[in-house]
Amino acid sequence: MSATTLRRQAGRRPRVLLYTAMIVLAAFYLLPVFLLLITSLKSFDQVSLSRMWDLPTSLSLQSFDSAWNGGKGVIGLKGSFLNSIKLVVPATIISCMLGSLNGYVLSKWRFPGANALFTAILFGMFIPYQSVLIPLVQVLTRIGLYGSISGLVLVHVVYGIPITTLIFRNYYAGVPTELVEAGQIDGSDFFGIYRHILLPLSIPGFVVVAIWQFTSIWNEFLFGLIITNQPEIRPVTVALQNLSGSQYTQWNVQMAGALLVALPTLIVYIFLGRYFLRGLMAGSLKG
Amino acid sequence: MQQARTQDVAASGRARRRRWLTRDRATALLMITPSVIAIAVFVYGFIGWTGYISLTKWIGIKADYTFVGLQNYGTIFNALRFQTDIRNTIVFTAFFLIGCLGLGLALALMIDSRVRGEAIFRSIYIFPMAISFIVTGVVWAWIFTPGKFPQDPTGLNLLFSKIGLGFLQSAWITDNRVLPGYILSGIKARIGVPMAMIPVIVAAVWQMSGFTMAMYLAGLRGIPEELREAARVDGASEWQVFQRITLPLLQPITLSAVIILGHISLKIFDLVLTMTGGGPGNATDVPGIFVYDITFNANKIAQGAAAAVVMLLLVAVLIVPYLIYNARTEVER
Repeated sequence: MSATTLRRQAGRRPRVLLYTAMIVLAAFYLLPVFLLLITSLKSFDQVSLSRMWDLPTSLSLQSFDSAWNGGKGVIGLKGSFLNSIKLVVPATIISCMLGSLNGYVLSKWRFPGANALFTAILFGMFIPYQSVLIPLVQVLTRIGLYGSISGLVLVHVVYGIPITTLIFRNYYAGVPTELVEAGQIDGSDFFGIYRHILLPLSIPGFVVVAIWQFTSIWNEFLFGLIITNQPEIRPVTVALQNLSGSQYTQWNVQMAGALLVALPTLIVYIFLGRYFLRGLMAGSLKG
Repeated sequence: MQQARTQDVAASGRARRRRWLTRDRATALLMITPSVIAIAVFVYGFIGWTGYISLTKWIGIKADYTFVGLQNYGTIFNALRFQTDIRNTIVFTAFFLIGCLGLGLALALMIDSRVRGEAIFRSIYIFPMAISFIVTGVVWAWIFTPGKFPQDPTGLNLLFSKIGLGFLQSAWITDNRVLPGYILSGIKARIGVPMAMIPVIVAAVWQMSGFTMAMYLAGLRGIPEELREAARVDGASEWQVFQRITLPLLQPITLSAVIILGHISLKIFDLVLTMTGGGPGNATDVPGIFVYDITFNANKIAQGAAAAVVMLLLVAVLIVPYLIYNARTEVER
């Protein structure tokens, strides 16, 4: 028996253990998804807490119907889903444009104090938003944006500046400065260089930032809770919290609602996970 | 003579400035100005204003800017509820950090040991990051709803009784015990771990450990294989390689992770609100909920502002050195 086969045999048992551990852990991560799926696919007469781990005997979309359209004493998520889309789309687009411009300036047009300014901007992404809520409500009320989706868009764009600037700045830092200098020699101005040199290279940067902003704004709760005072303009996370807090809502409807709220960001994650992960890592600063 | 020279210097200074401040540079500064103003107002201005409000007497709907000094801070630090919040933040942060770092490192090491289906496992471990804390809260709250156990259990308790682990049943999110619950003179909150916090910590670790794994994985992939191979050739055991080479080289990652996870846990709000609402009683209440509740439900605006400033200071102690360190190392690079 050769030494390698010996080692391979000795290595087999830990290998089995390794895969067992990984599968058990995967089960832990998938458990809530499993529960969400089996619960929300049950019809109302199959739903009981004592059989919550049983598979549905027949598939039914009743729960989704209730969670989406509403029913007895339940406000459906349809309206707030639409609100969230109306919030997320403009906020993400504006965030991308601002972040890209800021990143361009801070990486290619550096000025004295640029680094200190950048650090001061970054601080904004770590603060607990509780510490700005009272002035925020006062100011939004003063300028007539309190209790409106436009107000929420503004808030998400402003507090999105640090992370979007960070991602684009690090991204553009990878673009050789020689390219910018060549553009200057060719007589391109600030916008010319941006449009013809930086922008064509920026697509992956835009994808990362767009996914990041889409996910975090869609999932955000505190601003949505504070800035929307009437149910009609609530984003979907606030509506879901209300749905689950209500005693009139059956729990299968809550589960179906939770699945509906999770779906858009999950779909993005499944198809564009690589870019999502890049945004995630950028958030820990070591771009 | 003296004057002439000064004029010379001034003139050349002006010329240099003119050369530096080209049209393009002016445009660049102009383009970043709106963002700088927005951050100056919405971050620094608002924080300053909140700080000022925390020093006033403002209670109720109508603003009252009568200056009262640090009185509000005294009030909240003397209140049982805010003391409970501080205890809960410490407990939550400690267990959350241990859970995320431990599990994250273990997952990263397993993924890194050339397993089949690596991409699938990785995706499964990270996907909770893409989900809202509210969704996480709704699902895990149902999992940790105890039911009338042991006769009529629900959720995890039911699962336990089905697979013969019935002895593990617990009251979970409805458990109002604080263990060991020491009483210290001068402190109103009992010292210990609020049992109802454990389900919240499990849910939070479920959500954030994949992110920690991703960080560690990036770190592990950055360690040259030759380094570990050389140690193995020198006769080091796998454990020694891990302990002497891998772990020390992962230290910067651990530091980053502690800071990112730590600031999240100091701010935790939506997850607790959805899972327990801060209850039973105030057993799982946290500063984030306190600020929201005191400011917008109880209308004790100045006290809410004081608690918000405390939250901010806790986060700043963690984040500011990290930001400065990051800025410095970047200049060196």
